[in-house]
Amino acid sequence: MVVTLRWESLGDTEAFAKWFAKAVPANSILFLEGELGAGKTTTTRAILRAAGVEGAIKSPTYTLVESYEVGTRHYHHLDLYRLADPEELDYLGFADLCNSDSTVLIEWAERGEGVLPAPFGKVTLRFDEEARVVTLSGELAALWLQTHQS
Amino acid sequence: MSCQVKPIVAIETSCDETAVAVYQLGEGLLSQALFSQVELHALYGGVVPELAARDHVARLPELFQKALSDANLQVGDIGGVAYTAGPGLVGAVMTGASFGRSIAQTLGVPEVPVHHLEGHILSVLLDGAIELRPFPWLTLLVSGGHTLLIRVDGWGRYSVIGESIDDAVGEAFDKAAMVLGFDYPGGRALAELAASGDDGAVRFARPMLAKGSLDFSFSGLKTAFATQHKKMRHSNEDLAASYQAAIVDVLVKKVLLACDAVSPNLLVLAGGVAANQRLRDELAAVRGVKVVAPAMAYCTDNAAMIAVAGALRQAGGGVESVSGVRARWDLSELSGFAVESQFFALDEA
Repeated sequence: MVVTLRWESLGDTEAFAKWFAKAVPANSILFLEGELGAGKTTTTRAILRAAGVEGAIKSPTYTLVESYEVGTRHYHHLDLYRLADPEELDYLGFADLCNSDSTVLIEWAERGEGVLPAPFGKVTLRFDEEARVVTLSGELAALWLQTHQS
Repeated sequence: MSCQVKPIVAIETSCDETAVAVYQLGEGLLSQALFSQVELHALYGGVVPELAARDHVARLPELFQKALSDANLQVGDIGGVAYTAGPGLVGAVMTGASFGRSIAQTLGVPEVPVHHLEGHILSVLLDGAIELRPFPWLTLLVSGGHTLLIRVDGWGRYSVIGESIDDAVGEAFDKAAMVLGFDYPGGRALAELAASGDDGAVRFARPMLAKGSLDFSFSGLKTAFATQHKKMRHSNEDLAASYQAAIVDVLVKKVLLACDAVSPNLLVLAGGVAANQRLRDELAAVRGVKVVAPAMAYCTDNAAMIAVAGALRQAGGGVESVSGVRARWDLSELSGFAVESQFFALDEA
């Protein structure tokens, strides 16, 4: 199942982020895909903000993972671009990040193929003229449809 | 007669490089052995297993031996073992820390855990002839992972007064280089390309300048670069030159702002981006403050800087107690230490 959205402004991204923070259950993994500048990091930041993260949201490109705590919920933001071998996820302690109260947002998930578990959903971003064309897939798409049918 | 300080060995494995160095206070750097990315490139056909703690482990014993023999030392001559204890990737840091601790315990000498960023801040001291000034100093630490303005109020006394709220400056260089098709990390290649471009071709926004804050933001600039590149109106050289000009402009203006706040007697550059020639040139032209920068080789991660920091802490009563390693470690948590003027004197101008 796939849902295609069109985000014309940052407001649209933030609206999606608000929905995501509220609707998506804990213990889920999200993949964000798209080329550089497509809006992966912007979307991730919006989700973290909507989830209640305050202060600086630093890029995980160098550190590979940046973690946040909001109440009892944990959010982990990963950028696997620098990963050379999916096995290196073990050195990152990836297995320890995934638990019942954590949400894991992963950019460049294709670098972890084979070791990463199947995600709750995927957000694919593409920049098309003045808007972002956004494709949701997996359970995320189903959840979106379910909560947006009236 | 003051008794001579024994040499210290240092291990650095916090990120991409595996390195060992031997340093002696009063003498300087005696040797260093590095397993560089260049060699890894050759070994793995272009793939860099940056996280592979296995590689760090496999390389350390031979690097240790090589560093010692290059310094013409026996293990018994060593007076301490310094190692990076954080911050950084736990797996990588743990490897060097475990190795360092084992060596120290085997030899029965003190172990000296070192904060990776303190190593960078003190890397200018590897130039034995450096002329220092009394504190406070202002350090601009710029690398792939960090963009920090640090006020240094004494040996070991740091406070971060400005930092990037999103991407680090080195990352901004590397990601723009990626857009141009360079291998990661291609920041240096982008800077080389910029040398033959027109830096006024594109007027990139200077993020966060208007606010008067000491914090940085480079995420939007990177996106602006990607957008400009897609429009295909300018040559890659012009884009690179304009982009570098915007980044350096922001760094210099923030440094000036920080100088107003701190009134430093010395401006210290550090980190991989401190190797950027345009940044060095523009900061060297800043009036009213002496500027020092490490030699190019000591800008990027290295064990020599860990050795200097470790040697000073060991000699000056400032050895940190760290159990395990610290993935996160605030610079302000470090304790101060004393440095005898026979090693490094702080001269009035």
